[in-house]
Amino acid sequence: MSSPIMMWAGAALLVLVAVAGLAVVRLRDVTSQVIALSFYGIVMSLVFFSFQAPDVALSQITVGAVALPLMIMLAISRMRFRHAKQQRKVSEHD
Amino acid sequence: MTERLRVRLFFVAGPVFFLLFLIAARDLPPWGQYRGPYGDRIAELSVYERHATDVVNAINYDYRAFDTLGEEFILFTSVLGVMLLLRREDVSGDSQQVEDRATMSETIRTVTVPAVLLTLVFGFYVALHGQLSPGGGFQGGVILATAAWLVYIAVNAQLYKRLTSHTVTEVVEAVGAGGYALIGLMPLAAGVPLLTNVLPLGTTGDVFSSGTIAWISACVGVEVTASFLLVSYTYLQEILAGEIGGD
Repeated sequence: MSSPIMMWAGAALLVLVAVAGLAVVRLRDVTSQVIALSFYGIVMSLVFFSFQAPDVALSQITVGAVALPLMIMLAISRMRFRHAKQQRKVSEHD
Repeated sequence: MTERLRVRLFFVAGPVFFLLFLIAARDLPPWGQYRGPYGDRIAELSVYERHATDVVNAINYDYRAFDTLGEEFILFTSVLGVMLLLRREDVSGDSQQVEDRATMSETIRTVTVPAVLLTLVFGFYVALHGQLSPGGGFQGGVILATAAWLVYIAVNAQLYKRLTSHTVTEVVEAVGAGGYALIGLMPLAAGVPLLTNVLPLGTTGDVFSSGTIAWISACVGVEVTASFLLVSYTYLQEILAGEIGGD
């Protein structure tokens, strides 16, 4: 880790983390927000890998880049489905 | 709170936070340096004491196995909570009229079969080699669960439902969670403390080495796979019923 190339690569990764984190916060559409969150997870796993923690990097890929975005998407799609069903019921009553 | 008050508050809190951040950052260790005697000691000892070449899993499933047992039951309990809260309220039996709707092209379906097989092999590899290389039950379990999601995305919802809606999945999850606890309780019969590594340690670098670490890792893999399948199915079941039953 002492070589200047690794240090610059690490600095670039940290900048990427900042950009991805900002993207997660600033995006307004939920779907793109989840995609940005997944990208943020992958970048974080690269950071962990550059700190020589491959175990943590692997956990980060599975949880941060796959499982967490998937769970959020599942919850959102369920809410949208519920909403659509209620709307349909209301329109049937009319 | 008005917009202007919020901005003013930010101009007070922002500099204070920035100052604290600078003070904290000044004491950070140099880039990539590690200052902690415990990590270095355990990295030296774990191969010798536990015959496990992946020190992280030696800590997770042996030195700190009690913590991990608690974490595993956190996952188990949260899955229980999701299933309890999201159980179906209206059980309309119209999901019987099943039509097999494969919306994807033939190409995608052809590619999916090797992709699912590859995912399964890789998942089993990661879950069963936790004691040797980075990975372990938790990561392997999530990878194994993605194989079922691949089926859902690329083949059809019906097959996915048949794979995951079983009571068997629930039993498998319980067996995985209980297996860890049983392996932990086993040493008590021999008169040694909870979660002691009592199994033969084997040759370092072998798949069947490191005693209970490999077994606990496999149990966690089973539990994580089943719980991810259960949670995803619980979220999707209503949508699946609408999709498969047709409207």
